[in-house]
Amino acid sequence: MTEFIQQVFNGLSLGSIYALIALGYTMIYGILRFINFAHGDVFMIGAFSGYYLGIIFAFASVSGFASLGMALLIMIGAMVICGLLGFTVEKLVYKPLRKSPKLTILITAIGVSLFLEYGGQLVFGADPKSFPSLLENKPVVNLAGAVIGSNPLVVLVTAGILMVGLRLIVMKTKIGTAMRAVSYNPTAASLMGININAVISFTFIIGSSLAGAAGILYGLNYPSIDPLMGILPGLKAFVAAVLGGIGNIPGAALGGMIIGLLETFVTGYISPTYRDAIAFGILILILLFKPTGLLGKKEIEKV
Amino acid sequence: MLKVENLRVNYGAINAIKGISIDVPEKSIITLIGANGAGKTTTLRAISNIVKAAEGSKVLYDGKDITSLPAHKIVEMGLCQVPEGRLIFANLTVKENLDMGAYLRKDKENFAKDLDFIFAIFPRLKERIKQPGGTLSGGEQQMLAISRALMSKPKMLLLDEPSLGIAPLLTKTIFEKIVEINKTLGMTILLVEQNANLALSVANYGYVLETGRIILEGPAKELESNPEVRKAYLGET
Repeated sequence: MTEFIQQVFNGLSLGSIYALIALGYTMIYGILRFINFAHGDVFMIGAFSGYYLGIIFAFASVSGFASLGMALLIMIGAMVICGLLGFTVEKLVYKPLRKSPKLTILITAIGVSLFLEYGGQLVFGADPKSFPSLLENKPVVNLAGAVIGSNPLVVLVTAGILMVGLRLIVMKTKIGTAMRAVSYNPTAASLMGININAVISFTFIIGSSLAGAAGILYGLNYPSIDPLMGILPGLKAFVAAVLGGIGNIPGAALGGMIIGLLETFVTGYISPTYRDAIAFGILILILLFKPTGLLGKKEIEKV
Repeated sequence: MLKVENLRVNYGAINAIKGISIDVPEKSIITLIGANGAGKTTTLRAISNIVKAAEGSKVLYDGKDITSLPAHKIVEMGLCQVPEGRLIFANLTVKENLDMGAYLRKDKENFAKDLDFIFAIFPRLKERIKQPGGTLSGGEQQMLAISRALMSKPKMLLLDEPSLGIAPLLTKTIFEKIVEINKTLGMTILLVEQNANLALSVANYGYVLETGRIILEGPAKELESNPEVRKAYLGET
């Protein structure tokens, strides 16, 4: 029982990171109907932003650990950097291809992904780096004998706050409503005076900054980072987005949590060998039996 | 208020619009009638610049050349289109659809007043304010589409086939409301319709479009009694 609670908690913590990445996939798909395969690498850039910001900031602290405020500042910094990266990539690379066939943009996204991965190796070096200990991992909660560390808790809470924040932006603000309008019908949206390009840019900024935050949270739990670290989490988050129903925001969050939990259970109870297989097994199953995903539905409009 | 000069639109090698000119004076209802495929929708789409007009075309609105202005800028200038098939945001509530109509407006304090005005014209929408747009009937969606455009505080409306796929009785109501909007707000309207009878009954002046060319124009009353129009579009044999 103790171990089970621990596993559930670890699973949720890992899942919340997948969820944050999956949100970017699903939002961008919702607006442009294409999978931004470079999204996992934005997550990597987030982690490296944290690494370098950590070096710059964390030495200021005496204990060797940054304060909570400092960690927050580093995370926000990484979000800004990734937001800018997403904005720039969209403007420079995807926008000129807006009217091209979807396959062209998809292949271009893979190109951007490779560029970031190997550009990263060139700039950061190919060797794994150890992510700065932004926060000390203290055992905080003792639940029926299960010891829960503070860092996984911080990850879960932070991801939760970000997801609630995103939900508020999408559902309650004007730009969020415009995002939903553009996602439904860009032509109609432009006839209402909505600047589609601005909405697309905004979507890339938000999606990429969430991936940036995920990079920092990942670094807290798994403090070894390298330029290729985005590949697997990126693919798994993509599976999470498909599992939840691509284009569906709550679906991406749910999908991320499910993948995180299953992966942790498989690692803990079956064998770590199958850890990475589980996500792709799910992808095959979901595509076979429910291609619209758990929460996705075919939209029916009365005429 | 709106002047279309020598408008041409090509879809690849196909010349959909072959150089037409339309003049819409302020506060008038002008109609563009014609059969399916004549190019009516293409004309409106080219005016709103969601379809590119060919070289040499000119669209003047309020004396300014808007031919190559992005679609959202044209709305900003007060020229708003109610598109064919209504294009309601089915995933957004009625209220959110109306909010999107008011997307560019900064005068939030006047929204309540404008909503009251809209609900006075279309009381049905008030009952459905929290419902997703996709759950409305065709007629209600058309009301919402017109209201959504009105929320942008336009000076001129482009209406594309407001009667399309709507029960005849509701169509009549909607056309009465169009006239009401024209009269009470002094709204300039360019109305595109397949239902020539209905369109000519509310318009001041009409153009008849046939395979991308204007073949006839004149005051609506004259067109109504023109034997050629009666034969081709008003179902007379």
